[in-house]
Amino acid sequence: MTDISQNGSTPRKHGETLMKLTARTKRRNAAERRFQAYGIAAIAAGLLMLAILVVNIVGNGYGAFTQTFVTLDVTLDAAKLDKKGQRNLDDIKKVSTFGYAPLIQKAIEAKVAALGVKTDLKPKDMAALLSKGAPAQLRDYVLEHPDAIGKTLSFRFLANSRVDGYLKGRVTRHSIENDKNISVPQLDLTDQLVKAGVIEKTFNSEFILGSDASDQRPEAAGIGTSMLGSLFMMLVVLALSLPIGVAASIFLEEFAPKAWWTDVIEVNISNLAAVPSIVFGILGLAVFINYMNQPMSAPLVGGLVLTLMTLPTIIISTRAALKAVPPSIRDAALGVGASKMQAVFHHVLPLAAPGILTGTIIGLAQALGETAPLLLIGMVGFIASNPPDSLAAGLMEPNSAMPAQIYEWAKRADPAFYERAWGGIIILLVFLVTMNTLAVILRRRFERRW
Amino acid sequence: MYDIATTEKTVEQQVTKISARDVQVYYGESHAIKDVNVDIEDKTVTAFIGPSGCGKSTFLRCLNRMNDTIDICKVKGEILLDGENIYDPKVDPVQLRAKVGMVFQKPNPFPKSIYDNIAYGPRIHGLARNKAELDEIVEKSLRRGAIWNEVKDRLDAPGTGLSGGQQQRLCIARAIATEPEVLLMDEPCSALDPIATAQVEELIDELRQNYSVVIVTHSMQQAARVSQKTAFFHLGNLVEFGETGQIFTNPEDPRTESYITGRIG
Ligand SMILES: Nc1ncnc2c1ncn2[C@@H]1O[C@H](COP(=O)(O)OP(=O)(O)O)[C@@H](O)[C@H]1O
Ligand SMILES: [Mg+2]
Repeated sequence: MTDISQNGSTPRKHGETLMKLTARTKRRNAAERRFQAYGIAAIAAGLLMLAILVVNIVGNGYGAFTQTFVTLDVTLDAAKLDKKGQRNLDDIKKVSTFGYAPLIQKAIEAKVAALGVKTDLKPKDMAALLSKGAPAQLRDYVLEHPDAIGKTLSFRFLANSRVDGYLKGRVTRHSIENDKNISVPQLDLTDQLVKAGVIEKTFNSEFILGSDASDQRPEAAGIGTSMLGSLFMMLVVLALSLPIGVAASIFLEEFAPKAWWTDVIEVNISNLAAVPSIVFGILGLAVFINYMNQPMSAPLVGGLVLTLMTLPTIIISTRAALKAVPPSIRDAALGVGASKMQAVFHHVLPLAAPGILTGTIIGLAQALGETAPLLLIGMVGFIASNPPDSLAAGLMEPNSAMPAQIYEWAKRADPAFYERAWGGIIILLVFLVTMNTLAVILRRRFERRW
Repeated sequence: MYDIATTEKTVEQQVTKISARDVQVYYGESHAIKDVNVDIEDKTVTAFIGPSGCGKSTFLRCLNRMNDTIDICKVKGEILLDGENIYDPKVDPVQLRAKVGMVFQKPNPFPKSIYDNIAYGPRIHGLARNKAELDEIVEKSLRRGAIWNEVKDRLDAPGTGLSGGQQQRLCIARAIATEPEVLLMDEPCSALDPIATAQVEELIDELRQNYSVVIVTHSMQQAARVSQKTAFFHLGNLVEFGETGQIFTNPEDPRTESYITGRIG
């Protein structure tokens, strides 16, 4: 047979040596090498982007995991805190946080004097190195331990976010020229106190466990409470979307007859998966909040909205997992006299379970990272300042969620919050990567057992 | 012509186990089985032969209503099992399938232990009151499936880990475990090598003692070796049905003759 080539090169003759490559073979090999080079270049580009992303995120965000603290010996002056001297809690409560500020000023003045540091700053400006929440921290302690009044105790206060930024390199003498919150002499004092070990930067567990803080105190803001918000939402999503999704899939895949209406449902589920998440948000606002009168900003409502979003993902992956179970297994079960339901629940479902689980985890991971619908149901903003103390509170009381919290921080003016946003992204990514890794492991481990 | 070694097996007067009357099967518009009438005897191996696509599997699957699972498949006519119409609305196909077991073309053990493969049927039908009885059923079924000696030391091993021939005998044992009266086999040896095929054929011959066996096969030698009765299907029609020896040595219908001499197929 003649080998008719498209570009009209001469057909291969009988008896030609194999030791020499023909022009055609050379071209073919070159094309193959070129293609491989393209592929490698594409992967390299992808990896480079990933590396840039990771370096950026970690570089910007890791600062949030450390925090600057100031350690001071504060004298809890009885004459100021409890004038009647009866240690009556109601009397002590009458002293507001303003009443505690002078104690801190005195403490830092004494410290500076004791260290022999020269400074022209007034005690009030010295105390400004501390977080604005420092008097409140002191007051909370005293209310909890009234016996401590009259004693001199060592306290560890959060430093002001500018001082913190100075230690992290974010704030410089140059950058504060127009900053009313801090001055060069204050930074000089900071240098001295750092040298003396009064100010130090340590690991900040409060960032992971704590609650969001007001605009004035970025140094106190933590992601813990919104993490709980996310957790409660995920509980709602899991509890609703897994059973509903699996039941719907089993019915569609195993029981429903092939008819026009099953096709309609099928098309609609695929469409649902492609609906932008903000649409689910406005639907949640209209249905759950306006019509059903559920509370704004509640993780329950967030969970319901995210359930709507997650359902198509779970249904599609569950149906794929059910489809992947060979029909011979169903035949085998039916052949020994199992009912259709027994065949599904005893044989098909266990084989499909890893696929279903994988789909569920991926669906949950998507929901965990979703922000847009939460905007519409009021889960973005400065919301919770205390972690919920029960399941009901966790579901019904206003809260935020991790991605919403990140968005909220990124939105605020103070650059100290910006660092928190990056730190929040690190935590969120740790969760997402863990979940996706789990899904991959599950898929690998249980792939095709028949 | 093939050298057919059907020794004159004396077939005693037999009771009819299944009788099909005017059976029609449609897949949507297509008419897959046309007007089939056949009597299948108890304690006999009946072979269905015919060119591929002629409806052997379709008809076999009518006998335990496995066709019910195919949406577009419609069955008309009567199929009587011991005189009762299995297509009567009162009949639950699940109960029927416990009586009429089935072995499939491709060995399809459950991806569970050998023990659980056998025990599954008895469990769902409540055939054993306790573990000891279940153990007994499992052992008996595996013995009848001629595979006991090969697996008795590894009942907990997965059934899918056995060789193809062992898997098929496991499937036969699984079908036997629910104490069926009829055993349907759809090309049970087509995925097996010659040695495994011989073992399964030997087993089929033994099963004849207790069951009515219906086997679909594309191998005429196999039909000749294992069956007493043979039915030849062609394009959805039952062309000829009779003693195996008769069909292979002296067919009445010219289509049967063409098929066994290799002119259609
Ligand atoms: N599930 C099905 N849906 C539609 N048509 C089918 C189906 N199964 C079998 N058929 C058709 O029915 C006819 C008989 O098939 P089958 O019984 O499998 O033949 P055999 O087993 O003799 O090879 C064929 O024409 C086949 O195309
Ligand atoms: Mg067939």
